Amino acid sequence: MTKPRIKLPESAKVGEVIEIKTLISHVMETGQRRGTDGNLVPRSIINNFTAKYAGAEVFKAELHPGISANPYLSFFMKVPGPGEFEFSWTEDGGKQITEKAKLNVV
Amino acid sequence: MLSRMPGDQPSRRTFTLGVAAAVTAFAVPATAALAQDQVQAWELAVRKIVGEAKPSEGKFALELPEIAENGNTVPFTVSVESPMTEKDHVKAIHVIATANPQPGVATFRLTPLSGKAAVSSRLRLARTQDVIGIAELSDGRFLMAKRPVKVTIGGCGG
Repeated sequence: MTKPRIKLPESAKVGEVIEIKTLISHVMETGQRRGTDGNLVPRSIINNFTAKYAGAEVFKAELHPGISANPYLSFFMKVPGPGEFEFSWTEDGGKQITEKAKLNVV
Repeated sequence: MLSRMPGDQPSRRTFTLGVAAAVTAFAVPATAALAQDQVQAWELAVRKIVGEAKPSEGKFALELPEIAENGNTVPFTVSVESPMTEKDHVKAIHVIATANPQPGVATFRLTPLSGKAAVSSRLRLARTQDVIGIAELSDGRFLMAKRPVKVTIGGCGG
């Protein structure tokens, strides 16, 4: 996992529904594929994504091997007020990456 | 198969025919059994979500390309017409690829804070198949949508 990319609108009003786009680099190894040595490559995926805003959960995704490499997610939020997003991606084995992003509420 | 006199050496031709026949004999039931397993796998995945409930159609859109040239990365969008209020919202949207080795693709959990019940991502499709979306509503009802996708080059390993 490397540093994720997050796209928020430049500014938003309270009550506005905004789109949030996230992308993270990850092979999302399915566990079904054979390597050059003929053995199955062990499964290694990001199995969970959570988005919180001002401490409250907005959106969560449980991901399985059917999700493509470099998982991209787009979802929405109705802006409740000023605040900061906290996004986290969890890999098989429990390793987690967390990224924060402030929303410019006008 | 072909009759031979005892002591005859099997010719290359009879050997080939024999192998071909044997392969065919084994291949047919094996394929049938595999197909049955896969049907059960996605059906089980659906049943695990909806239980005994009968999902209805409509108000739920599952957008996918009709033809996916690369099964490794197929863009999709799921969206439900919903006011997304505390009383009436979409709790979850499940995506199932019926002919993938593991049919469950993703479960998206939404909240009234979501404001709009729409999620986009990219999935893998092993081969041409139906993709199913199931939306779970706050009143306990389920909505379902199904879309066939033709896959030119399969994803998932191989």
